[in-house]
Amino acid sequence: MIAPVSPALPPAPLAPAVEAVAANPFVSLAYLVAGVCFILALRGLSSPTTSQRGNRFGMIGMAIAVVTTLVTHVPIVGGLSGRTDLYGETWGYDYFAILEILAAIGLGAAVGITTARRIAMTAMPQLVAAFHSLVGLAAVAVACAAFLNPVAFDIADMVVPMIGQPFASIHVVSRVEMALGVAIGAITFSGSVIAFLKLNGNMGGKPILLPGRHALNAGLLGAIVILVAMFTRDQAPWIFWTITLLSFAIGFLLIIPIGGADMPVVVSMLNSYSGWAAAAMGFTLHNTAMIVTGALVGSSGAILSYIMCRAMNRSFISVIAGGFGASDAGSSGGAAVDRPWKRGSAEDAAFLMSQAEQVVIVPGYGMAVAQAQHVLREMGDLLKKEGVRVKYAIHPVAGRMPGHMNVLLAEANVPYDEVFELEDINAEFAQTDVAFVIGANDVTNPAAKTDKSSPIYGMPVLDVEKAKTVLFIKRSMGGVGYAGVDNELFYRDNTMMLLADAKKMVEEIVKALG
Amino acid sequence: MDFISILSIFVLACFVGYYVVWSVTPALHTPLMAVTNAISSVIIVGALIAAAASSGATGSGVAKWLGLAAVVLASINIFGGFAVTQRMLAMYRKKEKRS
Repeated sequence: MIAPVSPALPPAPLAPAVEAVAANPFVSLAYLVAGVCFILALRGLSSPTTSQRGNRFGMIGMAIAVVTTLVTHVPIVGGLSGRTDLYGETWGYDYFAILEILAAIGLGAAVGITTARRIAMTAMPQLVAAFHSLVGLAAVAVACAAFLNPVAFDIADMVVPMIGQPFASIHVVSRVEMALGVAIGAITFSGSVIAFLKLNGNMGGKPILLPGRHALNAGLLGAIVILVAMFTRDQAPWIFWTITLLSFAIGFLLIIPIGGADMPVVVSMLNSYSGWAAAAMGFTLHNTAMIVTGALVGSSGAILSYIMCRAMNRSFISVIAGGFGASDAGSSGGAAVDRPWKRGSAEDAAFLMSQAEQVVIVPGYGMAVAQAQHVLREMGDLLKKEGVRVKYAIHPVAGRMPGHMNVLLAEANVPYDEVFELEDINAEFAQTDVAFVIGANDVTNPAAKTDKSSPIYGMPVLDVEKAKTVLFIKRSMGGVGYAGVDNELFYRDNTMMLLADAKKMVEEIVKALG
Repeated sequence: MDFISILSIFVLACFVGYYVVWSVTPALHTPLMAVTNAISSVIIVGALIAAAASSGATGSGVAKWLGLAAVVLASINIFGGFAVTQRMLAMYRKKEKRS
């Protein structure tokens, strides 16, 4: 059996700490306040003007939760060595253990803050994926700790059988919560690691399709459900560890078939999972702050996934099933070459834009890859000096995570009131002289509106073709967008292709303007 | 607290989350992910409890070390998450002022 205790030891030594949690209403109140602070943190994000205050609320909430836990769970030990038996007489604070905990927090703080300061804004998607993996792993570690030492979490009764050692029997409800916590945490971890590798370029963005993967995933999921059911009847260690291992495997298998440009959905989904994992652990610990946070984060990720799916006109299931863009990538590439298209130079582009009344810039993932946001803003500034109205149009799935383009433009000092969402700007393209597409492709493809056979048919797109002239920066005419379809836009009379690296091209336009 | 009260808090919090998140402006979706990531590390509460449990009581030194490891992981997230959110939010500014 797990966790045998010497019969001489009453569960008394732990009682003070545990009772302090249950009996002191201020403790629960503190966690509640922390939960409310987290709600206010998200509420602040409804507008850029209130967002920083919201973030401070988040920090305050976290500080309250951490300090409350530290104060109510001071490591106690008999004697000061930290290794002596607990027979009740000489209790003291275990200063060494306190030091260990503070050191752990300090280490995390140092690593976290250094990373946050150094990371490039273009690398934000991978950073978020990496952070998700840490939440997942932390959830797994906490669930394992709770399983190994349930008495410390106040989720077990001591059972003294007639024969054999007394042991801690974990409450049935807690077993389910714990198993769910470890499973969701493990899926979040391994899934996020794969997402990180794909976003960071350590792993190809192309979907990896295993034969029979749906059956395999369904089988694994079924096995986990059965094991959780078994775990409620028997708290055998092997069941717990098997659940953990299978969950790691399923997280890995779920994400490898999903391609690069579906990453906005994946990252949001993993965000959601990390929330549910925290909520499951909150149920285990009966902790209001964790439950409220888990619910907030869980619904936040779910809503973002929904928004991303809607913006691609695809069902969540089809994204998760993966494989999009893998099959038809080869077929349409060849046909592209023989249709007539117009090529322009940087000087042409500079001239057209400086004569325009309104220019709408449409950035996409290619802008992030080329790191062209700063020089793009310079171009915008020069155009504004010429009296041109400059606006930015952002498709919800542009980039590799929700809001990716907005952050990059903000980094380059583009005022956020010049940046518009799809539904707010789409009607304006008809009155626009030049639409300047940089690094976006599928989200501008008019075929999504007209060609029923296209894989992106029905996806909401930016109506750039309605502008008088479309300037489209692209590295070469050969490649196709992520969806593997050719873009109608390239061959239209009002489109001028600017074939070059996005950053170089914009630099040349800036030179020509200046 | 009994299970039903906890479940009530959870369900109501899901609704709060639903309405609060829909009101987040799409321009701030990346900071939203960063900050939700930071606050979901409130799981550090569980990690601290595990790390603070007296190791003699149930003979589980492993649980304590797992707790400490989780404290490190969650702290990276908390400090990193809030710091990077702060950094991003500071970049969003309105027109006028400059030039």
